Amino acid sequence: MDSFIIISLIKTFVVFAVLMTTLAYLQWVERKVIAHIQVRPGPYRVGPHGLLQPLADVIKLITKEDLIPPHVSKPLYLAAPFLAITMSLLSISVIPFGPEITVAGHTTWMQLTDLNIGVLFVLAVSSMGVYGIALAGWSSNNKYSLLGGLRSSAQMISYELPLSLAIAAPLLLSNTLSLRELVQKQSGSILHWNLLAMPFPQVISFIIFLIAAFAETNRVPFDLPEAENELVAGFHVEYSSMKFASFFMAEYANMITVSCMAVLLFLGGWTAPWPAEYGSGFVPVVIFAVAGVIALYHGLNAERQRDKYTLPVFGLVFLIVAAVFLLPMVQSWLLPLFWFCAKTGTILFTFMWVRGTLPRFRYDQLMSFTWKFLFPVAMANLLITSLAVALVS
Amino acid sequence: MDLILFLIFGLIALVCAINVVLQTHPISSAVSLIGVMGSLAILYLLLGAEFIAAAQVIVYAGAVMVLFVFVIMLLNAGKEVHKGRSFMVQLLGVPLLIALLGLLAFLARHMYQPETMVHFGGFQGGSAQAVGHALFTTYLLPFEVTSILILIAIIGAVVLARKELD
Repeated sequence: MDSFIIISLIKTFVVFAVLMTTLAYLQWVERKVIAHIQVRPGPYRVGPHGLLQPLADVIKLITKEDLIPPHVSKPLYLAAPFLAITMSLLSISVIPFGPEITVAGHTTWMQLTDLNIGVLFVLAVSSMGVYGIALAGWSSNNKYSLLGGLRSSAQMISYELPLSLAIAAPLLLSNTLSLRELVQKQSGSILHWNLLAMPFPQVISFIIFLIAAFAETNRVPFDLPEAENELVAGFHVEYSSMKFASFFMAEYANMITVSCMAVLLFLGGWTAPWPAEYGSGFVPVVIFAVAGVIALYHGLNAERQRDKYTLPVFGLVFLIVAAVFLLPMVQSWLLPLFWFCAKTGTILFTFMWVRGTLPRFRYDQLMSFTWKFLFPVAMANLLITSLAVALVS
Repeated sequence: MDLILFLIFGLIALVCAINVVLQTHPISSAVSLIGVMGSLAILYLLLGAEFIAAAQVIVYAGAVMVLFVFVIMLLNAGKEVHKGRSFMVQLLGVPLLIALLGLLAFLARHMYQPETMVHFGGFQGGSAQAVGHALFTTYLLPFEVTSILILIAIIGAVVLARKELD
């Protein structure tokens, strides 16, 4: 019993530390990706390639004046960012990052806890996340916040419907609600992932899930509720310093959660695309080695003065990481973690790619899109999937 | 441990429910009702009905209450205005409430034998598979009739919200 508590505490600490760092650096990645889409360097001066920019942002947000406007309704005003960030961080506790590992004689799963209703838990927590935004919009006592809060909560509850239907279809194929078993049933090869699994490949479900996930997390093209030029930043206009930061952290944590859910439901979680006997263990080595060589090449022929020092260092770091992946003793836990992070990272990159590319929907276009198109398509997909499963078994 | 959790969350549910009635502003009442729904979900969990607990949070706390909060925000309902109550009501209110609660406790004690009292975690039909199986075999007729009821409600909502064609 003692070792269980201590192991759980250590796992919680590790997951929390990694999650907080990832949240901060996800913002760096987003700014760099959007910048390069717009043909400009992005954060560049604060540390090598802007890597200390998130630290500078955190210091700025913490030391800003924490102002509570006199006209707000205080209990709800203070509770709203707390609700938002709590609900978005809670879903990480059921996500499996890898298989069972043995550390110093104790075996444990790379997951904080495995509920046998794991999928429903994530859905329940994300539907409670609507309150953070709705109450923030209401309590700020401001026309623009109220409109932003109302629009955002209407959008979030409308898109929960196609989201739930898109989640239900791969659950029919996997026949379990527990996230750990969901990944285990997709092990084998890429043909066993729910995206391509017979009796009915879940391609439509995946697309509907991604679109509904964009709307659930209030990201472009569905970010009208928090648009700067439409609604004076919408529901968080009266918030400053750490409360504003917690809304942003909540948005990025929601992004990470829906990306992890997409990976677990459709892309096979931490399993590799082809079995390890055929050499899927060398894919991370190849990727990091190629990245290291490219970084070294660009570092030696750099155009900007700074890149002559920073890029070769990064090249060497990538080559060292590639070498680490060859060590057999870390491969048992590092390879599944690599596959999980690679797939989640690809979906997060898609979030940022879409943000840099698409314009935003008008609010009535947004609502009619879900009720008149996404919801019937999701329902039809669920019907066809259940028909296929019933015919096969 | 289960008893302590039951007492804590039962108390929270009770306090939030009383708060729904005592608050003057509708939004505070709605937020207290969210607290009641959440505590009920924990009580379902303690009984061993995990699917129903998750469904309680998703449906009640996450959708029905959002709609309540939404409507209160849209209609901009203000604080209640307290008009004075008559002397008779003030005198008899609390004693009558205590009498009602005592009667309910007496009836509950005598209608339910101790063997049918609650065992924490003893409910066998709480998993998603058991609920699904029961819904489609034993309770199929109520399930289908409920879906027709919801269809009637949807049609009623569409008719009420439709603009008049002039």
